Amino acid sequence: MTLNAIWFILIFVLLGGYAVLDGFDLGAGVMVLFSRDDGKRRHFINAIAPVWDGNEVWLLTGGGALFAAFPPVYATVFSGFYLALMVVLACLIFRAVSIEFRGKIDNPRWRRVWDTAFGISSLLLPVLFGVALGNVLRGVPITGDGSYGGSFFDLLNPFALIVGLLALAACTMHGAIYLSGKNEPSQIRLIRIGQIAWAATLALFVAATAAALWTAPMLLVASNPFAMAAMVLFALGTAQVPLALHRRQSTIAFLASSVMIAAMMALAAVGLFPRLLPSTNDPARTLTIYNSSSSHLTLLTMFIIALIGMPLVIAYTAVIHHVFRGKVVITPDSY
Amino acid sequence: MNGLDVGFLCRFQFALTAGFHFLFPPITIGLAWLLVIVEWRAWKHHDAVADAAARFFGKLLGLTFAVGVATGIPMEFQFGTNWARYSKFVGDIFGAPLAAEGVFAFFLESGFLGLYLFGRNRVAKKWHFFAICMVAFGAMISAFWILAANSWMQTPAGYVLRDGRAELTSFYQAICNPSMWPRFLHTMLAAFVAGSFFMAGISAAVLLRDRGSAVARYTLKLAVICGLVVSVLEVFPSGHLHAREVAREQPEKFAAIEGLYSSQSSAPMVMFAIPFTPPPTLKAKAEVPGLLSWLAFGNMHARIPGINEFPSDGIPPLWMTFVSFHNMVVLGMYFIFVMAWAALRLWQGKLFEGTKFLKLLVISIPLPLAACELGWMAAEVGRQPWAVYHVLRTADAFSSNLSAGVVLASILLFSLIYIVLLILYLYLLRVKVIHGPDAVVEQELPV
Repeated sequence: MTLNAIWFILIFVLLGGYAVLDGFDLGAGVMVLFSRDDGKRRHFINAIAPVWDGNEVWLLTGGGALFAAFPPVYATVFSGFYLALMVVLACLIFRAVSIEFRGKIDNPRWRRVWDTAFGISSLLLPVLFGVALGNVLRGVPITGDGSYGGSFFDLLNPFALIVGLLALAACTMHGAIYLSGKNEPSQIRLIRIGQIAWAATLALFVAATAAALWTAPMLLVASNPFAMAAMVLFALGTAQVPLALHRRQSTIAFLASSVMIAAMMALAAVGLFPRLLPSTNDPARTLTIYNSSSSHLTLLTMFIIALIGMPLVIAYTAVIHHVFRGKVVITPDSY
Repeated sequence: MNGLDVGFLCRFQFALTAGFHFLFPPITIGLAWLLVIVEWRAWKHHDAVADAAARFFGKLLGLTFAVGVATGIPMEFQFGTNWARYSKFVGDIFGAPLAAEGVFAFFLESGFLGLYLFGRNRVAKKWHFFAICMVAFGAMISAFWILAANSWMQTPAGYVLRDGRAELTSFYQAICNPSMWPRFLHTMLAAFVAGSFFMAGISAAVLLRDRGSAVARYTLKLAVICGLVVSVLEVFPSGHLHAREVAREQPEKFAAIEGLYSSQSSAPMVMFAIPFTPPPTLKAKAEVPGLLSWLAFGNMHARIPGINEFPSDGIPPLWMTFVSFHNMVVLGMYFIFVMAWAALRLWQGKLFEGTKFLKLLVISIPLPLAACELGWMAAEVGRQPWAVYHVLRTADAFSSNLSAGVVLASILLFSLIYIVLLILYLYLLRVKVIHGPDAVVEQELPV
C-alpha cells in the first residue's frame, strides 16, 4: 500500500475519531439546548466537561494532517467553503468559551444564556460538517486553477442537506446515549430520545444512500471487501443500539452507536477512495490522493510522526476517559 | 473591488485573528509553568497556602486557556480559507509542523488540562501534579511547532522549488532553520515574563483588597523572583541573540527595525527617534555611535547594509517596523526595572505594604502582552513584502477565489466575537479577583 493511501486512511481515522468522540459531546450540547431545568443542564455539561476539549483536537489534527498530506485539497475545500467555514469557526469559538463561562457567575440567567449558546453551536456544527462532507462526497465544480467554482448556495443541495441532517441525528443519538449512562434521574427520558434519534439516523442513512444512487452513484461500491466489512459493522451496530437501550445497558449502547458512526465514516471513505474532492464539471480536475499529495518525504516524515504520536495519544486519552467514567459528581471544581 | 483589496483584507483578518489569539497563550504558557512550581510545593511540602494558590490560579488558567483555545481554532483553518495559494505552495513543508502540533501538543494539553481542572479529587496527588506538568509541557511543545512553522517563513531551509511549489528535502533543516532557536527562546521567555506579570499583578490586586491574604503574599513573592530572572534573560542573552540572527539572515528587516536607512560602517544604535517617510528619515534622534555594529557583529567598525541597498520592491514598511521594535525594547527595559524594584522591596520587607507599587503591578499586567504583540509585528511586518522570505510574495499568497465582500463579512464577524470575548474575559477575571482565593484549608483533603 502506498503512503498516499495510508494518509487517506489516517485522515479518515482522525475525522472518524472526531465524529465518534466529539459526536457525543455535540449531541450532549443538543440535549442541553432542549432542557429547561438548570440542574439537569449542569449535569449534562459536567458529564462532558473534562473530555470535550480533547475530543475536539481530533478535528484540529485532522485539519492539520489534511494540510500536510494533501495541501491542494485543504486549500480548495477551505477557501471554497469559505462562508460555511466561518460559521463553523464562530460555533467552535462559542462552544469553547460558553462551557467555560457558564459556571463562573452564580446566576441562572447568565447560565441560561451560555447554555443556549453552547446548545445552538452544538446543534449547528454537526449539520455544517455533514453538509460539508456531503458536498465533498458528491463533488463540486472545480475551476481551471484548482479553486472551488460554485457559490455558497450551491453547497445547500438536497444530498448534502440530507447528510447534514444525518450527522445531526447521529450525534443526537450518540449524545443522548452517552448521557444516559452518566445521569440517573434523566435516564429513562434520555434512552427514549436515543431510541427516536436512532430511528431518525437509520431513516436518514437510507435516504442518503438513495440520494447517492441518484446524484453520486460512484459512492456505492458494494463489491469492495472494505465496503462490505463496513456495511456489516454498520448493520451490527445499528441492530445492537435499540437492543441495548431496551435493556438499559448504556455502555453497550454507546459502544454500538460508536460502531455505527465509525462505520458510516468508513463507508464514506470507501466510496470516495482514491478521490478526495471529485470535480463535477470536468473529471480531469478531480483531486485525488495521487495528483494532490505532498512529496514522498513529507508523507513519510508525517507517517513517522503519526506512528510515534498517535499510540501515545490513544493511550492517555483512554486513561483520561477511564478516570472520568461513571456517574457525574458535581464538585466545587465543576462548571 | 480589485484583487489588491482582497489581499489587504486577508492580511488584516490574519493580523486581527492572530493578534487577538496571541494575547492568551503567553499567559497560559507562563502561568502553567508557575503552577508547576506552586503545585509541587503544595504536594511535596503539604503546604496549604500553596494548595489554595494553585486552586485560585488554576481557575484563572482554565479561563485563559479556554479563550486561547477558542481563538486559536481559526488559525488552523485560515491558511486554507484565506491563503489557499500559500497553502498549495508551502503545504509540503508548512503543514507538517501544524499536524505535529496537533499530534504532540494539542492532545497533550487539552487532555491533561481536563484532568488537571476536574481531576483534583479523582486521581492521586502525584498524577494531578503530572497533569499540570503535561499541560505546561504541551503548551510549550505547541509553541515549538508553530514557531518552527513561522520561522520557516522567515528563514526557509531544507527545501527545493519544484513544479511550482516548495518541496521538502530535509525535515530537520526545515524545522531547525536558522531563526528557529533564537525565536523559540525569545518567545518562551516572553511568555514567562507575561505569566510572571500576570501572577504578580493578580496577586497585587488581591492584596489591595485583602492585605492579610497569605495566598497572594506567597504568589506575589514567587512571581517577582521568577519575573526578575526571566525579564533579564529575555533581554540578555535572548533578545541580543535574536537580533544578531536577524542581522545575518534578514538584513532588510534588521535595517528597518533599527532605523538604518543608509549603509554605514560603525553603525549607531538609535535609542529614540521619530521616523518619517518619504524619504525615510529619523527626526529627534538620540543614538550611541558604533553600538549597533558592535552588538550585531562584535566589531564597532563593522559595516551594516542600510535600506538604500535593497530593491525598493523588497523592503518592509519602515515606520511600523521601527516603531513596534523600539517600543518593544523600551517595554523590555521597563520589565527589568519593575521586577528589580519589586525584588528590592521584597528584600526590604516592604513589598506587601503601600498602595502605589501594588497598583503599578496591577496596571502592568497587559504590558508584556503589548510587548509580545509589538515584537510579533516587528517580525511579521519586517518580513514583508514576502510571505515566505525571498521565495513567495504576500501578494501571490492569498486565496484568489474570494471576493472582498465575504472577507469583509468574516472580519466583521470575528471583530464582533472578539470584542465580546475580551469584555467577558476581563469581566470574569475581575469577578474572580474580587472573590479572591478560597480560604486556606489546613487539613489535607481526602483523596
